[in-house]
Amino acid sequence: MQTAALTTGAQAPAVPPPSPTSPAKPDLAIRGLCKSFEANRAILTDVSFSIANKEAVALIGSNGAGKSTALRCAMRLIEPDSGEAVLFGTELRSAKARQLRKIRSDVGFVFQKHNLVPRVSALTNVVHGNLGRASGVRGWSQAFSGRQIRERAYACLERVGLSEQAMKRADQLSGGQSQRVAIARALMQQPKMIVADEPVASLDPVAGQEVMDLFHHLAKEEGITLLFTTHNVAHALAYSDRVVALRGGKVELDQTSAVLSSSDLNEFYG
Amino acid sequence: MVETSQTRSERRSIPTRLERQNPLTFVAYVALLAFVLWSFQGAGWSFSALVSGGPSMVDFLSRAWPPTTERLPQLSTALLETFQMALAGTVIGVILSVPLAMMATRGLTRPTVLGRAFGASARLLIAFFRTVPDLVWALVFVISVGLGPFAGTLAIAVDTIGFCGRFFAESMEDVEKGPGEALTAAGASRLDTIFCAVIPAAMPSFITTSLFALEKATRSSVVLGLVGAGGIGIELKVAMDFFDYQLAMTIILMIFALVLVVERLGSIARRNILEGNSQ
Repeated sequence: MQTAALTTGAQAPAVPPPSPTSPAKPDLAIRGLCKSFEANRAILTDVSFSIANKEAVALIGSNGAGKSTALRCAMRLIEPDSGEAVLFGTELRSAKARQLRKIRSDVGFVFQKHNLVPRVSALTNVVHGNLGRASGVRGWSQAFSGRQIRERAYACLERVGLSEQAMKRADQLSGGQSQRVAIARALMQQPKMIVADEPVASLDPVAGQEVMDLFHHLAKEEGITLLFTTHNVAHALAYSDRVVALRGGKVELDQTSAVLSSSDLNEFYG
Repeated sequence: MVETSQTRSERRSIPTRLERQNPLTFVAYVALLAFVLWSFQGAGWSFSALVSGGPSMVDFLSRAWPPTTERLPQLSTALLETFQMALAGTVIGVILSVPLAMMATRGLTRPTVLGRAFGASARLLIAFFRTVPDLVWALVFVISVGLGPFAGTLAIAVDTIGFCGRFFAESMEDVEKGPGEALTAAGASRLDTIFCAVIPAAMPSFITTSLFALEKATRSSVVLGLVGAGGIGIELKVAMDFFDYQLAMTIILMIFALVLVVERLGSIARRNILEGNSQ
């Protein structure tokens, strides 16, 4: 990472040097992203936005507006047709497999459906969060892991308030508990950024509120950059510093949350 | 009156009972039926032989009854050997099936030319193991490693790879993609994802398939003895060749009991696993 930063500096001597703690250098920058799964039906047409360090951004838009696709392209979980995604200063399309895994390990991805591995314990699911840093058998189950990893995983479960369910099978947890385990798994990555794709869409309002509060808390407490998509206008305004709205695969709004009202956002669901 | 007219208009909108057949489909059905009838002729199906064979069957049964108990200790040893062949062959086969099935699973190997070639060759090998009958494998192994239970064990192992390799791969293809995607997003390697997300999710199916393989192996290990590949099969063949029908009946009943016990235990184990009682 350091060498990458140095080369970037060396390549652009004419540009005034950025200050060491420059907030201008974004954690994630997406430029001109295009993606279509079928011919003649583009999901993303030229999507660009960026997220600064420690910023919380809500990505909104109706079903099919391209939110999930944009998030997945940003992580290169799917390959965009064109455009680039620069994550922590590295262009992902040119990244080698190992480099890509390293960058991904810095981002905790939380899905709408928790995507926990069923039939294994909650603790094992959290231990899996460390696989990006240490691949191999010892990361496959809590039973094989070293003391340090187990303790850290347990601490992550404690942070989401589920340490008592550590040895419970993931498929026996409630929806809200499962999503909190998924967040604990993301925390296990010691992420610089959390990306959440409609994290509360399949939860009831109370559990959804709890999960959003947890995100907010972690982001502010740990200084983790947060990008989340939601259909809940109130959540979008309450938990973000900035809102980006997609419509028809294009960015139609990119505005600080403080100056937005819910009617501004409801327009995107009309 | 009003009701009748309503019923009529409803009736008009209902689709017809039978969909109109494409003439080509109709011809295909007729040809299939003709082929089935022709097959009965080709198979030498004969009601007269069936009727005249009845008394011979009764004769066999009357001469086979009561089954003899005189060679029970030797036969029990042979029966145990049969089951041991089945068990050892299945265990080896299941163990070897896992890596082969991983290679054969679509979507698990790298989407490169080399990955695809590996996948295709693994699938071809599994298909070859499956389509060549176990009795033929036994004949081949009798030639290569000699008469005895080891040849039978190898035949069962190869047959099990053909069976389990296919079903393991299919169950891994059917696994829900979400957990694997989550681990990939967290930076896990391909192998990590397979062992952490795919195999645990496919495990119930692996276990039930393996139990089926054991039942199948128990049945086939009986027959393998006929070609000299160990077990109780050879005893049955000798008894039949010497017209010792009472001994043959004993052997048949012992085989019946063994297969029944293995199948019952297998189905109890499967039910427990599917209900998730055991982990």
